[in-house]
Parts: sequence; C-alpha cells; structure tokens
Amino acid sequence: MQLITCPYCGPREEAEFHYGGQAHVPHPADPGSLSDEEWAHHLFFRDNPRGPFAERWVHALGCRRWFNAVRDTVSYRFHHIYRLDQARPETP
Amino acid sequence: MTTVDRAVPPGADLPEHADFLWRNPEPKRSYDVVIVGAGGHGLATAHYLAKNHGIRDVAVLERSWLGGGNMCRNTTIIRSNYLWDESSAIYEHSLKLWETLEEDLGYPILFSQRGVLNLAHSLQDVRDSVRRVEANKLNGIDAEWLTPDEVKKVCPIVNTSQELRYPVLGATYQPRAGIARHDYVAWGFARRADEAGIDIIQDCAVTGFRTAGDRITGVRTTRGDIAAGKVVLCAAGTTTVLTDMLGLRIPVQSHPLQALVSELLEPVHPTVVMSNHVHVYVSQAHKGELVMGAGVDPYNGYGQRGAFHVIERQMAAAVELFPVFARAHLLRSWAGVVDVCPDASPVVGKTPYEGLYLNCGWGTGGFKATPGLGWSLAHMIANDEPHPCIAPFGLDRFVTGALIDEHGAAGVAH
Ligand SMILES: Cc1cc2nc3c(=O)[nH]c(=O)nc-3n(C[C@H](O)[C@H](O)[C@H](O)COP(=O)(O)OP(=O)(O)OC[C@H]3O[C@@H](n4cnc5c(N)ncnc54)[C@H](O)[C@@H]3O)c2cc1C
Ligand SMILES: [Zn+2]
Repeated sequence: MQLITCPYCGPREEAEFHYGGQAHVPHPADPGSLSDEEWAHHLFFRDNPRGPFAERWVHALGCRRWFNAVRDTVSYRFHHIYRLDQARPETP
Repeated sequence: MTTVDRAVPPGADLPEHADFLWRNPEPKRSYDVVIVGAGGHGLATAHYLAKNHGIRDVAVLERSWLGGGNMCRNTTIIRSNYLWDESSAIYEHSLKLWETLEEDLGYPILFSQRGVLNLAHSLQDVRDSVRRVEANKLNGIDAEWLTPDEVKKVCPIVNTSQELRYPVLGATYQPRAGIARHDYVAWGFARRADEAGIDIIQDCAVTGFRTAGDRITGVRTTRGDIAAGKVVLCAAGTTTVLTDMLGLRIPVQSHPLQALVSELLEPVHPTVVMSNHVHVYVSQAHKGELVMGAGVDPYNGYGQRGAFHVIERQMAAAVELFPVFARAHLLRSWAGVVDVCPDASPVVGKTPYEGLYLNCGWGTGGFKATPGLGWSLAHMIANDEPHPCIAPFGLDRFVTGALIDEHGAAGVAH
C-alpha cells in the first residue's frame, strides 16, 4: 500500500482515499447550447494517458476533502498533489 | 560388455520435440488486413477471417509475445447470463461457438461446462438476480434461480449459514457456463490462423498510423512501415494509446485487474462461484489451483500490477464464503490492464477513418467473448458492415443514449 499525502492531513494510507478520475473537466458554461455529441463527450469521454495524469482524489476516511494529483499511470508514483484552487503544475 | 556400445546419452530416448504451432515470419511490406494485438480477440478474428471469408492476406502484429496481455492473465470464466438482449445475443453466440470450438480448432482447450453461480446477499440482489434469470430465459439462455439449500447442493463448500454478515439468500445458476484453458485457446486459434497462411508477428509494436485524408493506409511499427487495406485494433487495455495518435477519442479507462491462485489442492470446488456483494469469485482449475479475483483496482493504471489491500479484502470475502479455504496458501498474484467502458459493455465498430475498425472496452469480461467476437468482427471486416451481434456496440451509442448498462452482470463478475 502506498502513502498518499493529503494536502490537509499529511501522509495517510492509500486505503483511506477514493479515486475521482480525470481532473480539470469543467461543467459546460452554457449547458443548454450543447449538441448531443458535445454532451456525450462531456459525460463519457475522458483522457486515458499512459504516463502522467492529472486526476481527482478524495480523503474519504479522513477530512473528506477533494484534491488533485498528477500521478504516473505506469509507475503509480505521485508527482504532485495540489488543492482544487491551484493550477496543474507544469511538469511532468 | 555389450552395454558399452549401446550407451545412450541421457534424454536421447525422449520423443521428438513437438512441432511449433506457428511460424515466426518476417513482416511483408503490405497486407490486405493488419490486426493490432495477438490476444484472444486478434487471433480469433484472424482465424474467422480465413475460415469464414477466405481472407488470408492478413498479419497479426504483437508488440510482445502472443497471449502475453490479458488473454493469458484472465480467470477464464465463460457464461452468457447478461441482462440485456444486446449482450445476451453476443455472449450466447460466443457460448455456442465454445461448445464446438475444440473440434473447430482441432486442439484441446479444456472447456468445462461446470456451471456458474452468481450469489445474492441482499433483497436488492435477489430482485436483480431473479429479473436477470427471467430476462435470460426470454432470450433462450439456460438460467435458474436457486434457494440457499439448492446452492448448497450444487456447491457443498459454500457457507450458506444465515449467521454470516452477508448471508447467501440464493443464486442465479447457468449450468452451461464454465471455464477453459486460456493459453490453449490462444495457441489453438494461432495454429489455425497460421495454417491458413496468416502471418503472426511477435515483437512488432505498432507505433503510429499512415493515413491519406480520412483513410487508413497502413501502420508504422518497430519493424518498419506496413501498408494495409484495413486495420483492426484488438489492443485491449492500450487501445487509447493508439487512438490518441489519430485524435480519435474512445470512452474507456484502463485499470489494473488482479487475480490470484492457491497452491494445488484436491478437487473440492465443483463449479464457479461469484459474489458481487462481498466482492470475490472462485473456481478451481483443472490442475487444482483455486483461481480467485474480483473487481478492478480503482485508479487508472497500465502497470500490470495492483494494490495489496485490494486482494487482501477479496481473500477475506473468500474465506467467509468458503471456510474450508482458510488454511490454503496463495501461490501467486498478478494483474492485467483492462479497458473499462462507462456502461460496462464493449465498443466494437467502424470509426470516422475509412478502413479502421475498433474493438475494445471489453474490460473485465472479454475472454468469454473470444470466439463470438472474432466471428462477428471478421464479418464486419469482410463486409464493411457490423454483424448483427455487434451492431448495438458502436461508438454512436454514447451520443444516442442507447447505452447497454451491464454493471450488474459485469462489475465484479467476469
Ligand atoms: C485478471 C483478469 C481476469 C479476467 N477474468 C476474466 C474472466 O474470468 N472471464 C472473461 O470473460 N474475461 C476475463 N478477463 C478479461 C479478458 O481477459 C479480456 O477482456 C480479453 O482478454 C481482452 O481481449 P484480448 O484477449 O484480445 O486482450 P489481450 O490479450 O490484452 O490482447 C491485446 C494485445 O494487444 C497487444 N498490443 C497492445 N498495444 C499494441 C501495439 N501498439 N502494437 C502491437 N501490439 C499491441 C498487447 O501486447 C496484447 O497482447 C480478465 C482479465 C484480467 C486481467
Ligand atoms: Zn485529509
């Protein structure tokens, strides 16, 4: 089990966290104007990279707060952990 | 002494080395059809292209070794008791092919129709299960609802005590379901395809595509460019790495899926038991290992390994359901990379690129589909039209909303 560093609580065991998939997917600014195709992409289509991935996590069995992380989907190593109000770090 | 001139070096009296099951040819510079991925789906598609359609100028390109992906990592459960008509059609088509596959391939695949039990542990489970049994019957699929006592008759080692935290309240039962030897299945298809003149090329990774406008004209590989009339993606967990190169978005997420086996035991487990609720499934392989697994690891991952706490929980569930396993030892665990779709159904169909066919999203349950999918995909490649069994599984369903939600039949159960 790896340790994940919650931005609010510090390092905790992975089993305390839940996964939330791709980060930085904004809600459509004008939902009424979306075509069926655009809705499909908003609802169902997500990036699935092999390598660094910006994604959401929640400290479900701790402070219950959401945060973002850049994690490598091959090594599973966390490169960055940052709050929801922070921008995605540039590298990697 | 006469024994001296009869001296035989050790091992010299062993039989001849078995023939190789397939050639390892150099890739040609061009083929009518190039299939990416020599897993079960790529190999079955190649076999049926030759057998059903007489299309033999085909290459199957594999970046590592034949069957080295999910094909030889899965837990080999075969069944067709899915909820919706669309799924019933493709999985039952496949199950019927399994029933004669050994003769078709002329190769032993140890297909054993020992039945599958899907346990129910809550009132909602019971309602959903009974509904699925009725839906299966309407589709002509063998399905029964069993009471806890009847479960005990089919599988005496299941703990049906009502004192459990999540007692067994009954189960769906498909007697024609079962297991097979996954590596033999891969080799059997490969041998037949090779005999038909199809080139299976291992150690050949596809690294890009050649296009002319919105037509696919070939692939770029680690062994040079190969021109192709048609290109078929059977790359399972790594499909989006390929489609990203074409700017084509596919709604799948790749997850680690783990499995484990115990040491070899005497035959104790006569069937296959799965529980969505307590999250584990178990069968016993022909050799005697208990084969176990459950759902995917939650995060996206291409690492072919998963987290320990995930399998620790599965083993807790296994021991509660099967107290007799408490002293068994685990021998090994491993993981594959499975491509999971939002509605737990596959994506098979044509793409915006002429000549490019897509087959992915089978997630945790595509082994059972191997012959049926291969048959239907070969039909689509030959006719440029989807076979009726796969027509509902195109990418357009995410736009029309005609999703095929199989989370109940495919979440934990494979
Ligand atoms: C642990 C586990 C348990 C499972 N249990 C079951 C079960 O009980 N029942 C069931 O029905 N299903 C099960 N599955 C799912 C099943 O294994 C898959 O759905 C199925 O194997 C996918 O089709 P495939 O065999 O063609 O995939 P794979 O064998 O993964 O084939 C894809 C191939 O493509 C190759 N490839 C990828 N990218 C490239 C490239 N760029 N160039 C060349 N080659 C490439 C890969 O190396 C791989 O060999 C399980 C899966 C796992 C991991
Ligand atoms: Zn926290």
